[in-house]
Amino acid sequence: MVIALGAAALVTLALLSEELIPRVSEWWERTRARRRRSPSIPFDPGRELRAEQRARELLRSCVNDEEWAMYRDLGFIRVWGAHSDGPEQAGGTGGAPYAYLIYPHRAIVAYLVQTQRLLNEYCVAFPDDSRPYGSARLPDSDDVLAKWMALTGDERRLIATANMHLPGRQLDPAKVKRDLWRLAQWERARMRELGGASAARRDGLRPRPAG
Amino acid sequence: MKPGHGEVLIAEGDIALAEDQERLVEEFRRQLDSGLWAAVPLEEDAGRRRARMVQSFDEVPRDADRVIFFPRAAGGA
Repeated sequence: MVIALGAAALVTLALLSEELIPRVSEWWERTRARRRRSPSIPFDPGRELRAEQRARELLRSCVNDEEWAMYRDLGFIRVWGAHSDGPEQAGGTGGAPYAYLIYPHRAIVAYLVQTQRLLNEYCVAFPDDSRPYGSARLPDSDDVLAKWMALTGDERRLIATANMHLPGRQLDPAKVKRDLWRLAQWERARMRELGGASAARRDGLRPRPAG
Repeated sequence: MKPGHGEVLIAEGDIALAEDQERLVEEFRRQLDSGLWAAVPLEEDAGRRRARMVQSFDEVPRDADRVIFFPRAAGGA
């Protein structure tokens, strides 16, 4: 009885091994390949902070004063659309001016400037597959600069590359509307500030503090 | 632009010097061959700024002070 059971167990093991060995070896190879691809580089908050500081300096040196102040104060940059018929797949804007909001590591949002109607979200990423520190993700400000350069340099190509979605896929439309309202407030305040400063310069006076 | 690092200086030189130009052209090609995009930030009238995407060294304006390389765009989630 024991001999029969032992023999049966051996046969079963032999039959299973034909199935199991290739799978185990495949799993082992996959695990080794994954380890090779993503070396275990620990997350270093100091390194990421320094990278972001460098990225902010680079962004500041490329965009104009208004765009830099917008990003610093509001966390996004507005870029005006350059085409009379609006962005790709937006169904045409009838010549109405449109613009994009660029957020770090979020979709680009296209909207009509006058009505503030949201047109589309364009999901785009700039992954660095070499993963120099174990991640393919650029610092926030580098991501914004990459979008800014690609949009102002070749709007059609960037929009054609992006995955287009209706508003609300990645960004809450209510939040975007709030951001547009914040942008309008910010622009009014900036105009007042710039107007006051230029008037003071004209009159040879220093601007008086508010209140 | 590099994850975990930000801006990295790849090469610099004076385009008026033949030796420097050759080195810059070679580096430019190497970056594009590795799959990066290249852009030149430009300043226009009235303080407006924009970028020019360039695909060959000849397209870089002679007075450009830098070319920025960054990972190619891909459709995101």
